[in-house]
Amino acid sequence: MRRYSAFAVAREAARFHSGWERAWGNPEPKRHYEVIVIGGGGHGLATAYYLAKNHGITNVAVLEKGWLGGGNTGRNTTIIRSNYLQDASASIYELSRGLYEDLSQQLNFNIMFSPRGVMMLCQTEHEFRAMQRTAHANRLAGIKTEMVTPHKVKEICPILNIDGPRYPVLGGLWQPRGGTARHDAVAWGYARAASALGVDIIQKCEVTAIDRYGPGGRVSGVQTSKGAITCDKLCIVVAGHSGVLAEMAGFRLPIESMPLQALVSEPIKPCMDIVVMANTVHGYMSQSDKGEMVIGGGTDGYNAYTQRGSFQHIEETVRALCETFPIISRLKMLRQWGGIVDMTGDRSPIIGKTPVEGIFINCGWGTGGFKAIPGSGWCTAATVAKGTPDEVAGPFGIDRFRAGRMIDESVAAAVAH
Amino acid sequence: MLILTCPCCGAECAETELAPGGEAHLKRFGPGSGDDEFTGYLFERKNPKGVHFERWRHAFGCGKWFHAARCTVTLEVFGTYTAQVSEPPQDILDAIRARRPGWEG
Ligand SMILES: Cc1cc2nc3c(=O)[nH]c(=O)nc-3n(C[C@H](O)[C@H](O)[C@H](O)COP(=O)(O)OP(=O)(O)OC[C@H]3O[C@@H](n4cnc5c(N)ncnc54)[C@H](O)[C@@H]3O)c2cc1C
Ligand SMILES: [Zn+2]
Repeated sequence: MRRYSAFAVAREAARFHSGWERAWGNPEPKRHYEVIVIGGGGHGLATAYYLAKNHGITNVAVLEKGWLGGGNTGRNTTIIRSNYLQDASASIYELSRGLYEDLSQQLNFNIMFSPRGVMMLCQTEHEFRAMQRTAHANRLAGIKTEMVTPHKVKEICPILNIDGPRYPVLGGLWQPRGGTARHDAVAWGYARAASALGVDIIQKCEVTAIDRYGPGGRVSGVQTSKGAITCDKLCIVVAGHSGVLAEMAGFRLPIESMPLQALVSEPIKPCMDIVVMANTVHGYMSQSDKGEMVIGGGTDGYNAYTQRGSFQHIEETVRALCETFPIISRLKMLRQWGGIVDMTGDRSPIIGKTPVEGIFINCGWGTGGFKAIPGSGWCTAATVAKGTPDEVAGPFGIDRFRAGRMIDESVAAAVAH
Repeated sequence: MLILTCPCCGAECAETELAPGGEAHLKRFGPGSGDDEFTGYLFERKNPKGVHFERWRHAFGCGKWFHAARCTVTLEVFGTYTAQVSEPPQDILDAIRARRPGWEG
């Protein structure tokens, strides 16, 4: 891999950009791999990268049915934060947020991490109390957040209307080192770095069946649109399609797949340099570098694989945001889309072993897994390499449902992102 | 916008008039059952990409529960039917097979 640098830009400018190489390889699949990762989203690619980088396992393939980041990784509103309530969540999300800090340098790829600060608004008494509790939990977990007054909220983000009457701002939970990053770049950066370490990135390769050594036996490989491939270990990282892959392997998951939508406005002059989350009304907003207001909404209430979502949900979101941000009321919306999010009952992810020997899974990130890509890849790789979950991944095992050991983030903010 | 006909009162309802109630025809396991059965009943879901049977409630209408058979990919509705059954009735299965010949259930 030839490194990207200011010098490289100058060198290429001098020779009409004729010397750039492919960012990652485009090999035909081999017959056998030590590890196959299904899903070329951020989590799958990060898992492959850390398998190679941290554990020296390079005989790895990432199989992606479409294009890299074409799933939720390229469809999200890119909010990065770690102010979660439960200890287990705090440690994985903070590990992740910390890795984001210098990820561009680590991957030699500009992922445009922008720790501009995330403000979670408290718009009801209950939310205010819940956020106070989260702030205390964050302090105990060593995560830098603070409760701020409505006055301070207004000072940090002047375009906010804090007065109500319907959605008054009673305070805010402020994480100054939260922010955003460029979503495609995260997928591309991991793909390029993994490819440089010897990982095969194979796009347009859909897994259609999972093979086992006899019924009840260990995994032996997969059938794909590019033929059969065998493996020693298999790691399923397919977000909304987790149920489909689990069915191929012969087990069920505590997961339901639903559309989640986002939309962006026409570009306007810079007016908001932080991320604002209004959880009560399911409205999330930040301004992109191009000037578009990027808005995320709530999930649909029923299962679907449509990558579209129901209109009334964006209507609700936008209606509420117009009260909180009167300045956006005349904006035209340019694009709207949906992704299929994999929702667990406790709104926490699943990482670890599955009922089938040799198959590992990473899923259940639902509406909030972009922020977790580096940390999740880190500990999923450790789990796959060692065969047992590492300390951070441990609590997220699928067995927690059976044991009644939920990691309940749905009580905390009622939402993820 | 998803539109379902409530089999109880006959109203044609936009989804905003309805409350989704999740996967239908779960077999309920209670005291005396094993951990596997109870975990399956409480948490594990089919979550199919394709034909799906669900519970719905006509929340802003007659208030009654009913069942719907629907495709989660196209949002096509194969039919709605009474809540008082523990599996889809024959006419609903026929309607699904007419539209999805290879469907195995
Ligand atoms: C609208 C929206 C807004 C969001 N906002 C935020 C946010 O602000 N902050 C945040 O942290 N998170 C957010 N999220 C959640 C976040 O996007 C996801 O949790 C995260 O991107 C999941 O990454 P992933 O790699 O697990 O899945 P994906 O990126 O979906 O990747 C899974 C891949 O698996 C592939 N695949 C599926 N089936 C197969 C098969 N059979 N064979 C081969 N490949 C297959 C898919 O094509 C896909 O590329 C949002 C999500 C959405 C939809
Ligand atoms: Zn009715």
